[in-house]
Amino acid sequence: MKSYLEQDRKRSIMKKKVGVPKETQIKELRVGATPTTVERLMKMGFEVLIESDAGTSANYSDSAYSAAGATIISQKEELYRQSDIILKVQAVSASEIEMMHEGQVTLSYLYPAQNPELLQQLSDKKINAIAMDAIPRISRAQKMDVLSSMANIAGYRSVIEAADKYGRFLNGQITAAGKVNPAKVLVIGAGVAGLAAIGTARSLGAIVKAFDTRAEVAEQIESMGAEFLTVDIEEDGSTASGYSKVMSPAFIEAEMALFKKLAAEVDIIITTAQIPGREAPKLILEDHVAEMKAGSVIVDLAASTGGNCVLTRNDEIYTTDNGVTIIGKLDQLPSQASQLYGNNLCHLLDDMGGGDNFIIDMQDDVVSRAMVTYNGSVNWPPKPLEVSKKTPPKQADATISTTPIKEDKKSNGWGSLISLGVIAVILYLLALVAPPEFMQHFTVFVLSIFIGWQVIWNVSHSLHTPLMAVTNAISGIIIIGGLLQTRDNFGDMMTILAVIAILVASINIVGGFVVTHRMLKMFRK
Amino acid sequence: MISSQIQLASYLLASILFILSLGGLSSQESARRGVLYGIIGMIIAIVSTILGEGVQGQIYIIAAIAIASVIGIALARKVEMTSMPQLVAMLHSFVGLAAVLVGFGSYLDPHTQELTGAAHSIHLVEIFIGVFIGAITFTGSIIAWGKLEGKIRSKPLVYPGRHLVNILLLIGCIGLCVLFTGATATSGMWALLVMTGIASFIGIMLVMAIGGADMPVVVSMLNSYSGWAAAAAGFMLGNDLLIVTGALVGSSGAILSIIMCKAMNRSFLSVIFGGFGAAPTGTMKAVTGEVTATNHQQVAQLLDEASSVVIVPGYGMAVAKAQFPVYDMVDKLKKKGKKVRFGIHPVAGRLPGHMNVLLAEANVPYDIVMEMDEINEDLSGTDIVLVIGANDIVNPGAQDDPASPIYGMPVLEVWNANNVIVMKRSMAVGYAGVGNPLFYKDNTSMLYGDAKDSVGKINDFLL
Repeated sequence: MKSYLEQDRKRSIMKKKVGVPKETQIKELRVGATPTTVERLMKMGFEVLIESDAGTSANYSDSAYSAAGATIISQKEELYRQSDIILKVQAVSASEIEMMHEGQVTLSYLYPAQNPELLQQLSDKKINAIAMDAIPRISRAQKMDVLSSMANIAGYRSVIEAADKYGRFLNGQITAAGKVNPAKVLVIGAGVAGLAAIGTARSLGAIVKAFDTRAEVAEQIESMGAEFLTVDIEEDGSTASGYSKVMSPAFIEAEMALFKKLAAEVDIIITTAQIPGREAPKLILEDHVAEMKAGSVIVDLAASTGGNCVLTRNDEIYTTDNGVTIIGKLDQLPSQASQLYGNNLCHLLDDMGGGDNFIIDMQDDVVSRAMVTYNGSVNWPPKPLEVSKKTPPKQADATISTTPIKEDKKSNGWGSLISLGVIAVILYLLALVAPPEFMQHFTVFVLSIFIGWQVIWNVSHSLHTPLMAVTNAISGIIIIGGLLQTRDNFGDMMTILAVIAILVASINIVGGFVVTHRMLKMFRK
Repeated sequence: MISSQIQLASYLLASILFILSLGGLSSQESARRGVLYGIIGMIIAIVSTILGEGVQGQIYIIAAIAIASVIGIALARKVEMTSMPQLVAMLHSFVGLAAVLVGFGSYLDPHTQELTGAAHSIHLVEIFIGVFIGAITFTGSIIAWGKLEGKIRSKPLVYPGRHLVNILLLIGCIGLCVLFTGATATSGMWALLVMTGIASFIGIMLVMAIGGADMPVVVSMLNSYSGWAAAAAGFMLGNDLLIVTGALVGSSGAILSIIMCKAMNRSFLSVIFGGFGAAPTGTMKAVTGEVTATNHQQVAQLLDEASSVVIVPGYGMAVAKAQFPVYDMVDKLKKKGKKVRFGIHPVAGRLPGHMNVLLAEANVPYDIVMEMDEINEDLSGTDIVLVIGANDIVNPGAQDDPASPIYGMPVLEVWNANNVIVMKRSMAVGYAGVGNPLFYKDNTSMLYGDAKDSVGKINDFLL
């Protein structure tokens, strides 16, 4: 770490160079930077090198890049030689690794769980590789979350694709030529892609129903204007990582029955269910497809990981014998996708200090998890990080106030034993001098404090003012002191004091209760 | 006349009722029942005491209670919900005063002189402590009342070496206590009187040193003190009911203070000993930029276009009594199918839970009133946040400016919303005396004027 810092300082005289090579996979149309993101990178203090034709497939010309300030380099080797940081979409290939040098930083998709050999190669070469798909899903890192940005595009595109193959309107219309019913769309899985699909389908006028195993997304689904569907089995599919888990057989059975019923009803099914690092769950079976009307469309966004539909063929669009079109291939919208992806990369580079203070901080939650190879060692899998802190179902008022005690109990341990010991000694010393009567009262006193402590933590936050008024009224109990001291002889000094005490304490009691009553009368649901 | 066993049974019953009363406040549904328990408990306690053996002067007692009840009802009826904090502070001072009087009375009581040895000494110490706490509560509450009422400047009054002075005064009191317990008959009266004077002074200085923004903590702290004063009186009179009730109230106030301190990122001790907010170290970030002003019509239009609205009220809403027009606005917006919620910071207002009470007064259903932690995550997806008379609780400086005096205090992250409208009387700083970078953000517009007027005008434009 330290040596790296020094190295870093030495180099800082020269501007950090960001290189954007052309993607080597033929199917990959996206690119790691667009003219807009190049401008951002320059503003952050980077120098940007671009391989010629890198953006052509995404409709960005070399001239647009050079107008934005990038240097066009025609030789891939040259680009890799000069750059400090490489921005790519797909993982670097073996031939590209050849061209790279020690200490170079790469940002791209890596799928570290599926590609252990690639990680080994990268670390052997001492390349510091950041897997953009391993950015943790915490709020701070949302702006760098490429999976979300790409899922958003996929969700949008899935509806457009389905609308293209579905030979009817999506919205309902009443025209002079007759009435048209709106299309019914079922979206399975309400992640980013699912929600984007719901939004797009809704805006085209379709009736949308959405299914998800995670009960917590019901609100999100409904907020997008779709109907939330679920099965009547108590099981929540959410996990700490923000993705769903595998469900129980009973749940799946009920789910299948529901899908079968829906398959006959709906016109378009969009499936988005993926479980990280595993084959996509099979949700649409052959008999489901058989139930569907001719002309219906299935869009399977999980096609690349095996498909949610058993009949899906990856990278293919075809029509089954009963006339259902199954789409296993989606246009990436390379121009839009490159823009969003490039922005995500910019945000990450900005977070790492930009061009002027670029630094790899392995203490950082985001960088340390996404940096899958660092200084010659493989840093995968990372230690888990809790993501979506789930707010427990309502009654939040009470939980807020109860948590602190729990924490205290946890943190104490030995400390509480010691303090208990000290208290025991003090009590013993007190018992040596105090009369028995005092000890009795003292017992009552201490126990009451404990009771008060337990009872008050449960008081709802919104009732704190009434609580104060009530305790205030109750503290008027001091009146008893006055009552006990009053004598028949009013000339007695003690009686005069006592009567005044009774007077003020009673004002307090009556005033306190009346005011509390007034306040509580106003609370209503 | 009832036997002492029956009296004890009544006291036990009253104690149980008091505990149930506080427990009842854990939810809105059971809160009213809780108050009823409290009232019944109090009646049982008073009646069983008056009927007890050896109680004299019932006529005076009944007369005093009757007069006091009339005064109490009149006070509580008349007070407006916005000046609730003042009333509560004033009532606390009564408890303090009563504790002092009971303490003196107990010292004059002939029974006290009959005690001997350790029992006598302990009894005198009990009196001494009871009067000490009572006097601090009494004067402290009066100052708190003055500050809340605006009769005393809310700025913290601090002088160098005040902690030393307080410690010396405390040591002086302990010395007096020794002299007091050593004195025979009522010859220690002078020590008791001098100590009362000193304790009164400590009470004054303690609250004078606390700034207006910390008022919720002070009020709940005094609430706690009044409980301990009652408990001390219980010890001196050997009355378990007083001890139980005092301890309940004392711990309740202490918990409230701790909750408030957490919400403001203050240490409990620094607030108790007064004068938090030592001068901030380092220079604060200069707040720069343009402030965008807007008008009522534009705000109404924005609200019309929004689908989700969060309202963040502060003390300014209380001052302007804007809760009623605010509720009208909520009603209108909800009828248009918009999602309207309130975001309440734990220390908004001058009392714990102050805002909730005001909104309840205006009939705002409590299920759309959210706590800070519940709503903070949602703010980024919200179209419009209306900040009504709040300042420090929405200050982004608390998160990103380490030199700010309120750095580290949890705040409502309203700046994450698409649009923020801040309703304010002027560009003046909040209670903490800190500039607010929120006002200079691009997505923030300022709407100047009295909150009640402004909301009313917006309502006119909202059809």
